Amino acid sequence: MHKTTLEKANSAESMFSVSALNVKNKKTQKLYSVLFLMMTLLLILPVLVILGTLIVKGGSMISIDFLFTDPVNGMTEGGVFPALLGTVWLVSLALLVSVPLGIAAAIYLSEYASDNWFTRIINLAIINLAGVPSIVHALFGLGAFVMFFGFGTSILAASLTLAIMTLPVVIVSTRESLQAVPHAFREACWNMGATRWQTIRRVVLPNAVSGILTGVILEVSRTTGETAPIMFTGAAFFLPFLPQGIFDQTMALSLHLFVVSTQVPNVPEALPYAVALVLIGMVLLMNSVSIALRMYLRGQKKW
Amino acid sequence: MAKLESSSKQMDDLFDQRNMDWYFDKLVQMIVFISGISAIIFVVGIFVFVTVEGMGFLLEGFSFTEVFGSEYWEPSDEDDPEYGMLALIAGTASVTGLAMLIAIPFSLGAAIYIAEFSTGKTREYLKVLVELLAAIPSVVWGFIGLSIMNPLIIETFDVPVGLSVLNAGIILGLMAAPIMTSIAEDALKAVPDRYREAAEALGATRWQVIYKTVLPAAKNGLLGAILLGVGRGFGETMAVLMATGHSVNIPGSVFDSVRALTATIAAELGETAVGSEHYQVLFSIGIFLFLITFIINLTADLIVRGIKNQ
Repeated sequence: MHKTTLEKANSAESMFSVSALNVKNKKTQKLYSVLFLMMTLLLILPVLVILGTLIVKGGSMISIDFLFTDPVNGMTEGGVFPALLGTVWLVSLALLVSVPLGIAAAIYLSEYASDNWFTRIINLAIINLAGVPSIVHALFGLGAFVMFFGFGTSILAASLTLAIMTLPVVIVSTRESLQAVPHAFREACWNMGATRWQTIRRVVLPNAVSGILTGVILEVSRTTGETAPIMFTGAAFFLPFLPQGIFDQTMALSLHLFVVSTQVPNVPEALPYAVALVLIGMVLLMNSVSIALRMYLRGQKKW
Repeated sequence: MAKLESSSKQMDDLFDQRNMDWYFDKLVQMIVFISGISAIIFVVGIFVFVTVEGMGFLLEGFSFTEVFGSEYWEPSDEDDPEYGMLALIAGTASVTGLAMLIAIPFSLGAAIYIAEFSTGKTREYLKVLVELLAAIPSVVWGFIGLSIMNPLIIETFDVPVGLSVLNAGIILGLMAAPIMTSIAEDALKAVPDRYREAAEALGATRWQVIYKTVLPAAKNGLLGAILLGVGRGFGETMAVLMATGHSVNIPGSVFDSVRALTATIAAELGETAVGSEHYQVLFSIGIFLFLITFIINLTADLIVRGIKNQ
C-alpha cells in the first residue's frame, strides 16, 4: 500500500495532481501545526487566567488612595505609599549607575572592541552576570556594599546591587541598537576628519538613542520586580517613616508583596492581591511602553 | 642624511593633528574600555566577595560527607548544628527537574509554532505576549503559587498541602518557559532561509522542512536555550521560597513539600549573626550556586558558539 503510494507520487502523470502522499503530507502538516499551536496556547492561557484572577480578587482594592496612603494596623490596612516610593528610589538610583556604565560598555563592545578572545571573555562575563542567581547577587551586595564599603543596609547598597544585576540588560540592548546603525554612517563621518568619539557622539548615538531608551525602560521593569537582591541590602519589611537619604533603609513594593503574603498574620484576602496587581501593573505597563516604542521605531526606520 | 631626518621630523610636526579633540578621543576610549571590562570585574568581584565570606566554613567546619551525604539541615541547633544539604539539593533538583519537564517541550513547541508556522500579525502578537509573560516578577509568581495554585492543588488532588514540588515545578515551568521560548525562537530564526528554500524546492512540506532541516540545523541553539532555562530555574529564589512549602525533606512524591538551596539563603540569612558559622555556610551555598550557574552558562555559550563557527 505504502509502496504503491510512493510509486504513484513518483510517476510522471501524477506530478501535478494531488496524490495520496500529498494528502497524507498535508494531514501531517496540519496535525503538527495544530499541535504546536496548542502548546503555545497552553503556555500562554494559564498565565492570562492567573492574571485575570489577580484582577478579579485585588481590583476592588485598587484606588488612588491605596497608592498614596501608608499601611496601618500592622500592614493589614491602608495603602502601599512608602513601598511605592521606596521602589522609585531604588530604581532611580540603580538606573543612575547602570545606564551610563552600561551604555559606555556597549559603546566599547560595538565601536572599539575587535573580535578576539578578550572580547569573547567580556561577552561571557555579561552572560554570566545575567545568569548569576539573584540570591547570589544579594550575598555579593551584603558582602561588598553593606559591609566592605560600609554603606550599611541602605538604599545605596540595594541600588548598587540592583544596578550590577541588571547591567547586562542595558549593555545587550544598547549594543544591539548601536550595531543597527549602518557602518557607512560612521565612514562618512570619519572621512570628514571627525575623531572616533566625535563620530559616536554626533552620528552613532543620535541614531541609536531610541533603541537605547527601549532597553532602559526594559531595565526599569526588571529592577522594579526584583526582590531577593534587596532583601538583605537595603529593603525593610516595615518602616514607620519615609527614607530621608540614600543611607536610610526603605520599603519596596516587591518585598512588600512577599511580606504581606507570608509574614503578616490576619491580612484581608484582597490586600496581597492588590499589592501584586500594583507591582505587576507597573512592570507590564513599562514593558508594553518599551515594546510599543520598539515597534513604532521599527516603522520609522529610514535605512 | 641628518638633513633628511630633520625634514621628516618637520613633516611629522606639520601633519601632527593631536589637538584637544585627539586627546579627548583617547580619554573617552579609556573610559569606555574600563566600562567595557566592568562586567568581568563584577563577575570576579561577586565570586571573590561571596567566597571570602564563606571561606571560613569551607576551610574549617566543612566535611564532604556531612554536607553532601546528610539530609539533616539543623543550623540553629546550639550544641551540634548540622549542615547536611542533601535534602536541599534534592529540593532544588526535583523542582527544577519538574519545571524543565513542563517547560522544555512546551517552550520548544511554542518556539517552533511562532518561528515556523505562524505568520504576520499572529506572530507579532504571540511574540509580544511571550515577552510580557517573561517580565512577570518572580515574587508575583511566588504569590500566585501561594494563593492561587495552593488551594487549586489541594482541591484537585485531594491532598493536605498544596505547597509542594508540584506547585513550585509548575510555577517555575511557567516562569522559565517564556524565556526559553524567546531564546529557542532566536535559534530557529538564525537558521538561514536558504536551507528552508532548498528543502521546499525538493518538495518537502513545511513540517518536513522543520523536522529534517531546521531542527537539526538549530540543534545547538535549542540546547543552549534549554541550558539557560535550567540555569534560570536552578537559581530562582522568591518563587520557590513561597511555593515549595519550605520544609527540609527529600521528596518521595510530587505532593511533598521541599526546600531549595536558594530559598534557604533567602529565609535564613536575615536571622544569622555576621561571621557566625551558619552565616558562612549560607555563603558557601552561594559559592556552590555561583559555580553551578557559571558552568551551565559557560556550557550553553560554548554550545551556541559551536554552531556559529561551523
